[in-house]
Amino acid sequence: MKKFALQDHDLVPAHILLSPEESEEMLKSYGVDSAQLPKIHVTDPVVKEIGGKVGDVVKIIRKSYTSGESVFYRLVID
Amino acid sequence: MSLSEKEVLKKVEGLPLPLNIKKSLGDELKEVEINEEEFQEIAGLVVADYERSKVEPCEAVGVVAAQSIGEPGTQMTMRTFHYAGVAEINVTLGLPRLIEIVDARKIPSTPTMTVRLEKDYALDRDIAREVAWSIESTNILHLGSIATDLAEMNVVIELNEDALIQRKITAEEVAQRLEEGTKLKLSADQHGNQIILTPPEPSYRDLLQLVEKIKTISLKGIEGINRVVIRKEGGEYVLYTEGSALKEVIQFEGVDPTRTKTNNITEIGDVLGIEAARNAIINEATDTLREQGLSVDVRHIMLVADIMTCDGEVKQIGRHGVSGEKASVLARAAFEVTVNHILDAAVRGEVDDLRGVTENVIVGQPIQLGTGDVQLVEKR
Repeated sequence: MKKFALQDHDLVPAHILLSPEESEEMLKSYGVDSAQLPKIHVTDPVVKEIGGKVGDVVKIIRKSYTSGESVFYRLVID
Repeated sequence: MSLSEKEVLKKVEGLPLPLNIKKSLGDELKEVEINEEEFQEIAGLVVADYERSKVEPCEAVGVVAAQSIGEPGTQMTMRTFHYAGVAEINVTLGLPRLIEIVDARKIPSTPTMTVRLEKDYALDRDIAREVAWSIESTNILHLGSIATDLAEMNVVIELNEDALIQRKITAEEVAQRLEEGTKLKLSADQHGNQIILTPPEPSYRDLLQLVEKIKTISLKGIEGINRVVIRKEGGEYVLYTEGSALKEVIQFEGVDPTRTKTNNITEIGDVLGIEAARNAIINEATDTLREQGLSVDVRHIMLVADIMTCDGEVKQIGRHGVSGEKASVLARAAFEVTVNHILDAAVRGEVDDLRGVTENVIVGQPIQLGTGDVQLVEKR
């Protein structure tokens, strides 16, 4: 079976798993708690690839049509 | 003292602006000679302009997006079933396609894939054709003819030698696949390019059913991909398929998995993840609108895509998705199936906090948008 990194696909932006300290810092800077973040399933193929667990925060660096690059966060849920 | 190019770029990098603006600002300032004071003035103006261009707090962006997509939508053609470029493949376009996207259908009415090939395969038409044939589902009619012999009570298949070579399959393999595919205990006698299938019990009905069954068996390639056409695009050959099976196709020899995509958004969500599905919604919606000669600001479409994917799965805008999951009973009842919602809410004893827009319009209170959302806070 041919293997390729999902994140190499044109449609998939870069996903980065945040450490608990990093996500704490991010939540503080936005003044929200993690339940208010958009969600991503633990079964999502990209989350599986980067080894995310329920409760982790994934940082997504999207290519944006308007601003060039935009940062987005999702909370891993099951 | 004027600043060096390096210093200017470093200062631009530190400004609180999006990447694109920083980039064009850097490009503009590269050639000019400016000093610290002038730079600060320029930077101040750009940042102030950017801040002013932002959406204001409490602005009803959803309503604006709905109007901005909905109004051009009224000018779309209802009946469009042709793809401008690839003459042979039908693709739903126009309003039906746009509705399909926001409804997050599990399977679109015309699933197609755009398969791009790896460098070594994309430049030669013959090699690209070979990949196309390996993907395309091959049935018996591609390879030869079927005849029923009523005297002997059997089915005779005459295979075409050229077709076998072209599709890289042998008569033995065909016989074997047919034996497995019919799920009947029958013998497939294969002599050269002739295959004779005899049903276990002689009956006219079984014989005719067998012929129909044989025609549907996929001998090679991916089931569901009924046609593949090749088209030259920007110096490379690209395959367009009728039918979609992203997961299988990206495994094929010669297929570039990173640039291959499908128009089935749910499938993209399953194979490539929710972020890819979001991008696919944006691309498909923009392409559909652009094809109709309508230009909608991508921000509106981005908002729709964000809302559709914010729960980690692609959900539709509508009764079974975004609108149906609203917290307020009155807002849900105002949308569709009013009586059911009110009845269910009464049974469950739901309470409406009147925090949204629709509920407050219904009860006649100021809505919490714009100036209506400003409240006094006492400082102790």
